[in-house]
Amino acid sequence: MYSFEPNEEQQMLLEAVGRYAENDLRPAGHDAEEEGILPEKVVNKGWELGLLQASVPEEYGGFGERSAVTGVLAIEEMAYGDLAGTLAVNVPSLFVTPILLAGSEEQKKEYIPPVIEMDWQPYTAALIEYALDFDPLELKTTAKAEGDSYVLNGEKAFVPFAKEAEAMLVYANLDGQTQGFIVPKAVAGLSVRDEAEKLMSLNALPTYRVKLENVKVPRTNRLGGEAGHDFQPVLAAMRVALAAMAVGVSRAAFEYSRDYAKEREVFGVKVAQKQAIAFMLAEMATEIEAIRMLTWEAAWKLDTGKEDAFKDAYLAATGAADMAMLVTDRAVQILGGYGYIREYPVEMWMRNGRGFAMLTGLAIL
Amino acid sequence: MSIEFETPKPIAQQQFVLKTVAEEMMRSVSREMDENEHAIPYSYIEFMHAAMKATGAGSLAPKDEKKEEDPNKPKRPPIGYQLLAHMLEMLSWGDVGMYLVTPGGGLGAAAVEAAASPEQKRKFLARFGEEKPTFAAMCMTEPGAGSDTSAIKTTAVLDEKTNEWVINGEKIFVTAGHKSMVADEKFGKGFIVVWASIDPAAGRSGMRGFVIEAGTPGATVTKLEHKMGIRASDTAAISLVDVRVPFDHVLGSPTVEKATEKGFKKAMATFDATRPLVAATGIGVARAALEFVKEKLSENGIEVRYGLPRNKLTNIERDVIDMEIMLRSGWLMIIKAVWMADNAKPNALESSMSKVKAGDVTSRITQKAVEIMGPLGYSREFLLEKWFRDAKITDIYEGTGQINRLVVARQILGYSGRELR
Repeated sequence: MYSFEPNEEQQMLLEAVGRYAENDLRPAGHDAEEEGILPEKVVNKGWELGLLQASVPEEYGGFGERSAVTGVLAIEEMAYGDLAGTLAVNVPSLFVTPILLAGSEEQKKEYIPPVIEMDWQPYTAALIEYALDFDPLELKTTAKAEGDSYVLNGEKAFVPFAKEAEAMLVYANLDGQTQGFIVPKAVAGLSVRDEAEKLMSLNALPTYRVKLENVKVPRTNRLGGEAGHDFQPVLAAMRVALAAMAVGVSRAAFEYSRDYAKEREVFGVKVAQKQAIAFMLAEMATEIEAIRMLTWEAAWKLDTGKEDAFKDAYLAATGAADMAMLVTDRAVQILGGYGYIREYPVEMWMRNGRGFAMLTGLAIL
Repeated sequence: MSIEFETPKPIAQQQFVLKTVAEEMMRSVSREMDENEHAIPYSYIEFMHAAMKATGAGSLAPKDEKKEEDPNKPKRPPIGYQLLAHMLEMLSWGDVGMYLVTPGGGLGAAAVEAAASPEQKRKFLARFGEEKPTFAAMCMTEPGAGSDTSAIKTTAVLDEKTNEWVINGEKIFVTAGHKSMVADEKFGKGFIVVWASIDPAAGRSGMRGFVIEAGTPGATVTKLEHKMGIRASDTAAISLVDVRVPFDHVLGSPTVEKATEKGFKKAMATFDATRPLVAATGIGVARAALEFVKEKLSENGIEVRYGLPRNKLTNIERDVIDMEIMLRSGWLMIIKAVWMADNAKPNALESSMSKVKAGDVTSRITQKAVEIMGPLGYSREFLLEKWFRDAKITDIYEGTGQINRLVVARQILGYSGRELR
């Protein structure tokens, strides 16, 4: 059967997340971007909504079950408030969700409860590498088996909260396969650059360059245990997360520019009454809806274990990156000069918009 | 309720059968039908009639699903429009020009479904279940009135002496107009639904649909258009000179409700329901083109590598991936729009958005497909060049992409037609 209506539980969650996005994240987002810091209480409040906690079963300290569909619905709504804030609030998922998806029973029991039973804490993951040809399936960071350990070497980029992180998942190339390794805080050979990365946007999300020089972790720290894991489900979960956030940011830009166009007067009418502008808005709404449907379907396929789920997650993320660029660019265009001024939020959404093509690994559902 | 994308079982079963029809009965004669414009694919028509008269599948309005409910079973939500969307997509994947000559009433029957009384429905629609395949058509467009349907000049005047409507005007671009109006011993007697004004001073509120039976004096097919594509489908011009029809051939109220646009809105309501269906026909053509490209690439040793970062893909891979994104997202918008129609949710916005998207997607995919194939794409040896020509109509009929953008814009801005012209 086809159905396009969130269930009651999801609707309640969406209302709660929507209130948070509108009343907390959005008002804080602008100053956070300018000053480079997201207020702690906003992060904590977002964490208390319990998105991650609700996706973890009781036996590991949570109170629910993972659903990519619920995830994309909620994360779109949150990203509609502010992207950097949404990424910050959900950073612990980068550590927990892959363990939930691909970890061994021992790893789930050991690592998940301390994260989700507490207040928000910086647990993170390192996937991206600073290279033009970065490819999550062909990492340059290596892992080699040596006695009872794996030895990690390489450099990671854009690692959120790396400096304070209690632990991180490091993805490395083990005999041609991307594999995750649980790396505890302050292990020998792990160094985090002092200066945070400076990116085109996401100023409120502290991200760092991380160096691994002969970092030794026990064999039991390989995600999935001795046998390792399939990276595809993890990657797909990252992709639908990004796709849903792209929809959220695009919707924010669309609605803002639509409302502006209905206020702004030109030649005696509202600028929205000009077809040149009205048609842009119609196309923005159409493209957002198209990618939202693609993202929902990919998430549903992940939840139901359909065979082409991974491919669809890739298509959704790819389409979402293009769509977000198109929509946010046009939002700036509709505001004209004001669109380019940082006092208004749309230029930030356009800078956010470009990121979806290269930020795989900064979010997961 | 929840969010689900599982194709309902009855639809999956239907698609299995229709795929065979598309391959065996449509693709096999596609080229021949294209080269011989206005030839009639009798075997396809007769087969479809025999197979589907029981279900009335040729109409663009779903069958009533109220019959034979088993009270012991849980109630199933209606899927009539969803079934139709899938059917049209698959038949158009076979050949969209031939799909357009599927008997059963098409847009003409859909207009009757949308605007007629129960007695009128019985009177006009029963014929589609009878022995011979039968056609009906919708006549909206005029030489001076395309998307701006309020500019329609055709008039209907009541002759109170005979209690007949007298209709005068000229209609063009009537899909299946010839098959609906010109006697053919293999077909049953068809009709057209002509949109005309009963009070030209009243503007849109004076617009009504009138059923004109085949053979009615004064209603003449004057021309068959020669087209870029969909050549199996007859596109007729029909002249109406003092055409007399009985009083009860008017669809909807015979009097003008001043200050409302009810009459016209009924015509437009037909479009809300049928836009995603027409969008689905475009998606069928686009899917045919994309599948062909992937097959040919594969034969030439080129496999698309999904999952790579954008900047590591070849140009062809990027094109194919973009085409897949467009095709699937365009299709899902249609599914959502018809799901809303089935569940009686107002879907004017989703319906028009799906048509905007399908118009773009269908044109861009078929155009890109020909480009990728190079000389093979341009040659008439393959059907791809035909699909390119067939595809373009998707962005034109049933409201051009631009008119649908206007409809979408008005919806999202909350503007009336006066506020956003």
